[in-house]
Amino acid sequence: MTEDVIISEKDGRLTAALKCELDHCSAKRIREKIDPAVFMYRPETLVLDFTDVHFMDSSGIGLIIGRTEVAAEVGAAVRLVGLSDGLMKLVRLSGIEKISGLAVTR
Amino acid sequence: MKKIINEMKLRLPAVGVNEAVARSCICAFVAELNPTVEELGDLRLAVSEAVTNCIVHAYRDSLPTDRNANIYISVRLYDSREVSVEISDNGCGIEDVAKAREPMYTSTVGCERCGMGFLVMESFMDSLSVKSTPGKGTTVLMRKIFKP
Ligand SMILES: Nc1ncnc2c1ncn2[C@@H]1O[C@H](COP(=O)(O)OP(=O)(O)O)[C@@H](O)[C@H]1O
Ligand SMILES: [Mg+2]
Repeated sequence: MTEDVIISEKDGRLTAALKCELDHCSAKRIREKIDPAVFMYRPETLVLDFTDVHFMDSSGIGLIIGRTEVAAEVGAAVRLVGLSDGLMKLVRLSGIEKISGLAVTR
Repeated sequence: MKKIINEMKLRLPAVGVNEAVARSCICAFVAELNPTVEELGDLRLAVSEAVTNCIVHAYRDSLPTDRNANIYISVRLYDSREVSVEISDNGCGIEDVAKAREPMYTSTVGCERCGMGFLVMESFMDSLSVKSTPGKGTTVLMRKIFKP
């Protein structure tokens, strides 16, 4: 099976490149891979890269909020990159852009 | 009077993999109406939310092996470029539908649900009705009219 998420670290930046449709079913698997890496590397920034995510429902919003909380535990901020127009529509509806410790750069 | 031009019924076990299955089936089915990418994206999202709710909430007290934990989906296409999607379950039902529909309300704790499911269905479809009987199950009916 292909990986849902590819994790890499460089200079205090932990990047999780998501590689699947993001729903309740996949979100659980993904967070189980990201969280241990956050505690292991204790990065300054956790980058969630959505470039290869072609679908996401509100489970993805839950995943983002949850990772922001986990990152805060090690003092890290979260940055979202690579969001398509379709994904942005849901991000806007959710209002998560206003959460502190979370930045959205398309 | 609008006329039905096609109809599809699906019964799927309420398990995680069927979130993606339901989305794909419904999007393939409405293709004959040639919706825009954005319209199709809206529909895909609304379907995902309704199906996920059946899986996460409706059968929360049943065992994963329960053969009666099913999601029933019925989709109709009309000559008015309208699609109606009915998604129901025979699960636990909802005590207070008005409260459940409030944005950001979730009954779950610790599983990273954000309470946006009904908000998404309402925002991205043209209409939403939710009927539920505690102990019997829930039926969600959504409609969307694609642009000419
Ligand atoms: N099919 C269902 N069966 C039972 N309860 C449901 C169903 N759908 C929704 N609910 C209830 O409504 C609440 C709100 O649903 P929703 O807006 O999708 O948020 P979330 O799924 O994130 O909790 C759920 O937390 C649950 O209590
Ligand atoms: Mg939901």
